[in-house]
Amino acid sequence: MSGTANPERLRRQWVSKLLWPVVALALLAGYNLVATEGFFGLRWLDGHLYGPSIDVLKNGSLVMLLSLGMTLVIATGGVDLSVGALMALSGAVAAGLIEQGSMSLGVLLAVALAVCVLAGAWNGLLVAVFRVQPLVATLVLMVAGRGVAMLITEGRRITIRRIYEAYDQFVFIGNGFLFYLPVAVTIVAAMLLATVLLTRKTALGMFIEAVGDNDTASRYSGVNARVVKFAAYTFSGLCAGIAGLIYASNIRTADASKAGMFLELDAIMAVVIGGTALTGGRFYLLGSIAGALLIQMLTTTMLMHGISSDEALVPKALVVVAVCLLQSAEFRRRVAALSLPIRRVAGRRSAP
Amino acid sequence: MKLRIDARHIPVFASGAVLVLLYVAGCIAFRDRGFTELSVVTDLFRDENAVLGIAGIGMTFVILSGGIDLSVGAVVALTSVLIATLTFDRSLDPRVVGTVSEWLPHGLHPLAAIAIALAFGAVFGTGMGCLIHFFQLPPFLVTLGGMFFARGLAFMVKSESLSIKHPFYRQTVQKVLKVSLTDQVDLPLTAFCFVVLFVVGLYLARFRRFGRYVYAIGGDEKSAVLMGLPVGRTKVLLYTFAGFCSAAAGVVYTFAVSKGDPLNAGMGLELDAIAVTVIGGTLLSGGVGFLAGTLMGVLIFGLIQTLIITQGNLSAWWTRITVGALVLVFILLQNFVSAASRKTAERQRAAAHAANET
Repeated sequence: MSGTANPERLRRQWVSKLLWPVVALALLAGYNLVATEGFFGLRWLDGHLYGPSIDVLKNGSLVMLLSLGMTLVIATGGVDLSVGALMALSGAVAAGLIEQGSMSLGVLLAVALAVCVLAGAWNGLLVAVFRVQPLVATLVLMVAGRGVAMLITEGRRITIRRIYEAYDQFVFIGNGFLFYLPVAVTIVAAMLLATVLLTRKTALGMFIEAVGDNDTASRYSGVNARVVKFAAYTFSGLCAGIAGLIYASNIRTADASKAGMFLELDAIMAVVIGGTALTGGRFYLLGSIAGALLIQMLTTTMLMHGISSDEALVPKALVVVAVCLLQSAEFRRRVAALSLPIRRVAGRRSAP
Repeated sequence: MKLRIDARHIPVFASGAVLVLLYVAGCIAFRDRGFTELSVVTDLFRDENAVLGIAGIGMTFVILSGGIDLSVGAVVALTSVLIATLTFDRSLDPRVVGTVSEWLPHGLHPLAAIAIALAFGAVFGTGMGCLIHFFQLPPFLVTLGGMFFARGLAFMVKSESLSIKHPFYRQTVQKVLKVSLTDQVDLPLTAFCFVVLFVVGLYLARFRRFGRYVYAIGGDEKSAVLMGLPVGRTKVLLYTFAGFCSAAAGVVYTFAVSKGDPLNAGMGLELDAIAVTVIGGTLLSGGVGFLAGTLMGVLIFGLIQTLIITQGNLSAWWTRITVGALVLVFILLQNFVSAASRKTAERQRAAAHAANET
């Protein structure tokens, strides 16, 4: 389907893929405008913006970050199940080091991120070099990563207390404000910008799509498929690490048993809603962001209508299935076949 | 005669070897802590291990067909909550509100509730199977949706854990329906459910056409279609069976803990089930694997847990790390085996070619 190299057609495809998640987002926003009181109300407190719509951005930042890395991994034809566990890992490493108090914040954050990058590289090594199926290769770290995080925290929830040297700066990451917006949102914006520039203004994006579309063909045309895959998983590890730091900072705790639980699934869902097919190939970073926002807005909307976040799983499931159906060629064909007789009848009537 | 081993059997033999090795190592290291007793072995078949094992049976079938089922844990939670609320007798505890007890004041008999729960699981699986087959959706996403749906529904039915106080559970399941092996050691109902379902699974996989179809679809779905196999029917039935297994795991969960719990029941069970299937030597790409391997995977999983608990100093999280490492070892082994068998096939083809030439 995406076999043509016509740039005009590719651009149109990009727009049409972004259309569905944005329409869904707009519909939900429209509903909130009418039915949810104060959803778009913004307050100005101490020079910062507050309000439910800002909360959507802030709470959605974790899934948005994860979905950036996940988009690239899925585009290469893989999947990364370990991101949730890596979030727990980076939070645990950072909190453990803060508790020790022997490092400055910058070094300590770098160490936490480096651990996650290494973990991502490990996934990449398994997938790219040892040719293990992505689902299984990342399952290893998904199972073991959380265990390692629990070992680091010794099974405790490490609370980041005010007495620690790095407290103020660390807590700022998840709770502070930068350019009137929560820091987390600014980080997401910066990462998104960097990723888009890196993949769309260099040949990297095309390499990724080539590998995802046809591994063998890309190798024969001179793309180093191994390096591309390796890089995608490493990047996903980095994104998960950043998300883990934001989460730990936001709740001022490293909770290795809960941090990032099931977020890998949310991230995959966001990517799929955003129009990137699980089979790999073309990817849509902005679509994934829209998907992540849609999921978060759905959750926030339901919370504001008094539905608990646990029960909100049911509508979420319906959204997943609905979006999958809309994107399924088979479903479209069947719907088209259903509407064909109607159109034919209508056509006859209008004919003289 | 030279002993020849089919390459496909190597991972299963390897998991058998790991199992024996772990057990012998445990017996030697923890001889003085009662590791050699019979109860260590029977514990591997009961309660949580039985839940995992039953979930693993369904998972093995799904993975053999080249699919995956992420909804297992959530369906366990949902069935446990369903049974707990359906059997709930309001007259015993009038403080509990917000259940079906408004129109069922004395609750159903547990057997009826179990039947409803099992039927629900099967229907749920059928629904997912239909979505996967008729609309060609990826199993990963459909069952992910199923997981959210089932877990959310469980919270809608009852938002907190609810214990089951019906005498059938308190008396019959706990005290009557079990077999005493020795004075201290007995096999509870949960172990029997596990063994019975395992035998049923084995029968389906080895002695029914259904099982062969599943292997064929996992090997190459297009070829299966071209061979004229009923691919659609098999795929839908397959997910029906998997849903039934998940529900059965939920029923066994209620037998083991006598409660329904929307939050903790089956949390992460789907991943453990995938892990034990992989440790048992089943290829995640489908078509290759054995139920017996999954059984060994479950026993290895349980044995690691027992070893870590018996050792005493290690934190329980070492279980997860060890299981992760084992999964890694086994996928590398599988890679090695499939590469080796590919080479053998190529060599045979070359030899046949050379024979034709002469």
